[in-house]
Amino acid sequence: MARMKFLCDAERCIECNGCVTACKQENEVPWGVNRRRVVTINDGVPGEKSISVACMHCSDAPCMAVCPTDCFYRTEQGVVLHDKDLCIGCGYCFYACPFGAPQYPQEGVFGMRGKMDKCTFCAGGPEKDFSKEEFNKYGSNRLAQGKLPACAEMCSTKALLAGDADTVADIFRTRVLKRGKGSEVWGWGTAYGKPDNPQAQPPQGAKS
Amino acid sequence: MKTRAKLFLAGIVVLAVVCGCGERSQVVAYKSGKYQGKTDSNPWDSAPGASLYTTSKWTGGDKTSWETAIRTRNQGQNEYNRTE
Repeated sequence: MARMKFLCDAERCIECNGCVTACKQENEVPWGVNRRRVVTINDGVPGEKSISVACMHCSDAPCMAVCPTDCFYRTEQGVVLHDKDLCIGCGYCFYACPFGAPQYPQEGVFGMRGKMDKCTFCAGGPEKDFSKEEFNKYGSNRLAQGKLPACAEMCSTKALLAGDADTVADIFRTRVLKRGKGSEVWGWGTAYGKPDNPQAQPPQGAKS
Repeated sequence: MKTRAKLFLAGIVVLAVVCGCGERSQVVAYKSGKYQGKTDSNPWDSAPGASLYTTSKWTGGDKTSWETAIRTRNQGQNEYNRTE
């Protein structure tokens, strides 16, 4: 298996917010935290496009690079997760993320920033699978149940695809060929344009 | 009586002195660029029956069978499979 990826087809998204609701319900995300949201570009203008945005689980994730406590890790399936026990809620990852994925619950009387929360690709987190701790901290672990993220599986127009990159790309390719337009995939270049491990790549350019 | 009180007092003093010995450091020693959190298990580690809501079928601990189950499930997002 290659790796897990999200793909949002802007030609199909009807801004119904079903994915947002599915995510909220599946993971019992607290009030004020939105792991997924729908963004409309050129709202009100003919030809407006909507896209569903969450953590894209980037190949070379900027959040991982800037975290001062190194609380991020990448699973074998390419899902970027973090350990909430290490997170200090500094907010660096929020500034680094091109998708605005990291969210912070407001805690305490002074609206103090809590530990970062983000989409987990419904893969839970570093706690025992299906444990209470895992659900409370990270939400549902659907991958360990043999399922895929709730947002994509609930999408009524199948604009949001999630799963194995090869399978998702195959589904999208067939779709584009059938309709003959809309081959642009929003955010894929930003999220998956770089290699998984840049350090492991051979140096580019002329020999020195 | 006086000796008892002295012994009791000495006991309290000894307890107060050694009570900190069992304390573990709660500060994380950060190593730059390395994930030092808890380890996570793989999704295929648990058998399908481990969760109440499992619908896919695979063999617990077998990565290949889990991947096949996920790929099959993934095709549920391909509406051309249903409409054609």
